[in-house]
Amino acid sequence: MNDLVATIIAKYNYWIYITLMMAGLYAMIAKNNLVKKIVGMNIFQTAIILFYVSIGVKKGATIPILEHAHGHGHDAHQAVHATDYINPLPHVLMLTAIVVGVATLGVALALAIRIYNTYHTLEEDEILAQIREE
Amino acid sequence: MKIIGFIISIATGSLLIYAAADFPAWSDPASPASTYLSPHFIEKTIEETSVPNIVTAVLADYRGFDTMFETTVIFSAGVVCYLLLRTSRRKEPETRYYRHILTGVTIELKEGYKIPPSTDFERIDSLWTPPDLIIRTVCRLLIPFIQLFALYVIAHGHHSPGGGFQGGVILGASIILFAISFDLRAAISRMSEKLVAVLCAVGVLIYACTGGLCLLFGRNFLDYGALAELLGVDAVTARSHGILIVEIGVGIAVMATMIWVYNNVSSAGKYEQGL
Repeated sequence: MNDLVATIIAKYNYWIYITLMMAGLYAMIAKNNLVKKIVGMNIFQTAIILFYVSIGVKKGATIPILEHAHGHGHDAHQAVHATDYINPLPHVLMLTAIVVGVATLGVALALAIRIYNTYHTLEEDEILAQIREE
Repeated sequence: MKIIGFIISIATGSLLIYAAADFPAWSDPASPASTYLSPHFIEKTIEETSVPNIVTAVLADYRGFDTMFETTVIFSAGVVCYLLLRTSRRKEPETRYYRHILTGVTIELKEGYKIPPSTDFERIDSLWTPPDLIIRTVCRLLIPFIQLFALYVIAHGHHSPGGGFQGGVILGASIILFAISFDLRAAISRMSEKLVAVLCAVGVLIYACTGGLCLLFGRNFLDYGALAELLGVDAVTARSHGILIVEIGVGIAVMATMIWVYNNVSSAGKYEQGL
């Protein structure tokens, strides 16, 4: 029992991202309103970002910006240890993912506006009913 | 549909929970993600590029090709928003409303008549609401400092958290704040639709041309060490300068796209008053 609790606490970042991902996935599938689907997609993206950033964490390490490294010469560099700095790669990937997420949100909203202009509703079942009538 | 969605998300969640059992514990320095490539980046970045911020160096130098197409994705998102929403055939409204700024008198002009642009009158929509003095004054004071901070974030991305993406978003947000606190017409009169579209492409072009310049000097695409001769510095510092040039391009592209997307989405492509 104690073992299980220890595992759950040691991996709590995964539980948070899984919960967020399930919430986003449910919203994307089950919600009837298109804007709510878009919100679900954004929650899903947030889950991925949280997952990646939490992977990069190292115990006792600081942000991946080298300290006392402002000189441009090649001589004055002390040895840099990889254990002192957290993993920069997930940060790089998520940096671009956040901006691309905003861009996709813009495109999704633009599509929603076009759909609203055509069908005068954003409810999925009402749109489908209108399409079947035509 | 609700039940199916619930079952699917529960199934996905339980699969992920099952997989998470094999994942390394949180903040484990020996986890697979932190063992192969990332120690090389952490230990060699300062020797190879003289950039203390490893994230910036990896973003614009080691993974420069990826970031270039990332900016292309953003650029195409801006273009798609424009193509989807912008109404090409200009359906003039039946009546135009103008407000005399000093007295607040609104006049209504029948079809075909318009007042030439002047400082006395502003064109308004039928949904016009009176402006809030506090919001306008605070935004007027705040926006220059937001823009200054954005430039700092772009220029100081080598030494502190920041860079083209973050600074570009802040710069775009300052213009969007202006468009919200005043109205979209005022924002477009200061930053026209054409300018935004051109800047969007210019940002991507700056990035691609920097890569092309490296090709002309006989090195690989986006190998900034090739620019050493051109910039008059050694190869390592040239990589740092190359990153800065590229980040400026990214900043311009991101800023323009944010404004372009906002302009189109907030006014549904009509470019009227906006939000």
